[in-house]
Amino acid sequence: MTAIAFTRPATSAPRAIERATGEARWIRWTLTGIALAFLTLTLVLPLVLVFHEAFAKGLSAYLDAIREPDALSAARLTLLIASIAVPINLVFGVAAAWCISKFEFRGKYLLMTLIDLPFAVSPVISGMIFVLLFGMHGWFGSFLFDHDIKIIFAVPGMVLATTFVTAPFIARELIPLMQEQGTEEEEAAIVLGADGWQTFWRVTLPNIKWGLLYGLILCNARAMGEFGAVSVVSGHIRGETNTLPLHVEILYNEYSFAASFAVASVLTLLALVTLALKTIVEWQQRRAAAEQAAANDELERIAA
Amino acid sequence: MSIQVRNLRKTFGDFVALDDVSLDVPGGELVALLGPSGSGKTTLLRIIAGLEAADQGSIHFHGEDATVQPVRERQVGFVFQHYALFRHMSVFENVAFGLRVRPRADRPSEAEIRATVMGLLTLVQLDVLAKRRPSELSGGQRQRVALARALAVKPKVLLLDEPFGALDAKVRKELRRWLRRLHEEVHVTSVFVTHDQEEALEVSDRVVIMNEGRVEQSGTPEAVYEAPATPFVYGFLGDVNLFHGRLHQGRVSIGESELDAPEWSEVRNQVGQAFVRTYDVQLHGSPRNGALPAVVRHIHSFGPVVRVELELVHDRRTIEAHLSRHQYAQLAVTKDQRLYVVPTKVKVFAKDAT
Repeated sequence: MTAIAFTRPATSAPRAIERATGEARWIRWTLTGIALAFLTLTLVLPLVLVFHEAFAKGLSAYLDAIREPDALSAARLTLLIASIAVPINLVFGVAAAWCISKFEFRGKYLLMTLIDLPFAVSPVISGMIFVLLFGMHGWFGSFLFDHDIKIIFAVPGMVLATTFVTAPFIARELIPLMQEQGTEEEEAAIVLGADGWQTFWRVTLPNIKWGLLYGLILCNARAMGEFGAVSVVSGHIRGETNTLPLHVEILYNEYSFAASFAVASVLTLLALVTLALKTIVEWQQRRAAAEQAAANDELERIAA
Repeated sequence: MSIQVRNLRKTFGDFVALDDVSLDVPGGELVALLGPSGSGKTTLLRIIAGLEAADQGSIHFHGEDATVQPVRERQVGFVFQHYALFRHMSVFENVAFGLRVRPRADRPSEAEIRATVMGLLTLVQLDVLAKRRPSELSGGQRQRVALARALAVKPKVLLLDEPFGALDAKVRKELRRWLRRLHEEVHVTSVFVTHDQEEALEVSDRVVIMNEGRVEQSGTPEAVYEAPATPFVYGFLGDVNLFHGRLHQGRVSIGESELDAPEWSEVRNQVGQAFVRTYDVQLHGSPRNGALPAVVRHIHSFGPVVRVELELVHDRRTIEAHLSRHQYAQLAVTKDQRLYVVPTKVKVFAKDAT
């Protein structure tokens, strides 16, 4: 009994001041409940529904829908567009982030704002811009017609629109990272005799690789999933200028719900894979950051 | 390899970082650039390295103009304040970097690189940690890796920016001695930046004291400590008391007392500043001619020297006197006691000379 008498105050006293920001139990449960209900309604249910509808007519109908020639051609086009747009944005994003984070120049903030432009503009407007530029009645329309170059309602226009819409992902991811890392390591490399390329490949790139990969994954996901901008410039020619998201819409409008959801489920799977990859990369990034933070803490502790 | 710096000027916007700075570093010497932050010392070091370009002036290495030579051709070793080690490389690869990036024609073989790097790591006593990442090292160890990395390319000149700034007092002292020894071994012309006067005076062959973008004084540690050329240098080197008074025809009056200042015999009625080292302050228990009354405020009696803080009666400013334990015992100093201060060695500056 004495033991209890001694231990009780010791355990209950700290609990009272355990968390200054804590709330009463019923508030916590209510808030958690609301959040969970919201998540279920907006994220989990649609996800389940996609797969439920996709398999509504059985496995064979599902397989038929995604093996159908138009679906396969849409998948090929989606892959083609992503495989052009993503590398372009990789080069552009790294170059832009390198300029902005490592150098001081006039117009730097204007450039940063421009990089954000595709995020600020509605994708449909982005598509319209290209129609206005390269369409039949656009600025370069007659020139392109004369030389028999098709951009709008053809693959080049879709690549352009996708590239535009996905341009910010990599640069946005890298700029804060590279700014935080500063230029000292690059300076050290140059003093040691490295040229620009060597500095980039041996010092800068290894330091940003996880951030870069993260940006690439997001960029790719958006490139494959983009609907609005691509829809405007595509022309919806079956088997020719249809990407997977556009194909889903066409099937749905034709009341082939099961087929539509089957194709949608492929895109959903892609999203899930993206999320898994993203989580792995984030985990790696955090580990690298934690290492760096530990190193910095050590420095600060010593400096203090 | 000697360094000649001539009439350097550098501005950042409206801020004048360097204002007509000239400097000679004889070959093989270890020179300290000493000054408060914002005095331009790091800018000067970065211009010597080629990391920054001067607006005017020139840099010569061993008589050869290097003013517009690109950084990577200058063959300088640079040790950054926060080391700037390549965080994703092992200690070994950090040190090997300068050798690996050489053009194929004069790149050493893998075996030679290994031998050079391990030799340097042995020199800095880190050979057992060759496989570690920089994040797994202590501050002092990182600093030594940074030094080994800079030395790997056999630099003609070694430049160090606040090399011990981010280390704790004990490691700093060790590394200081160690840098001194290393310099005696390697004997490469070295310039290091510091704001710590003790560090500068202890380690270097020559000290260059900078303030507001200008060189205030340069010379051996003894010379600058014994004969500071300007009030700034006096104040900056520390352990000094400042008495405010009036200068008139070779005499400076401080409070009730007057002192000789023969070098200012031409001056009439100006504000004067008299600098007195803390150990050139004599304390007496009773009033006497020329002595300033003061009240003891604090006594720091640890260590071989007893430091006594006194408040001058006439202008309520605080001064510090260093006494030997023997003197301290003889005077029997206690807090709030009234004592009489006699400066034994005074350096006087007229106020407009600052």
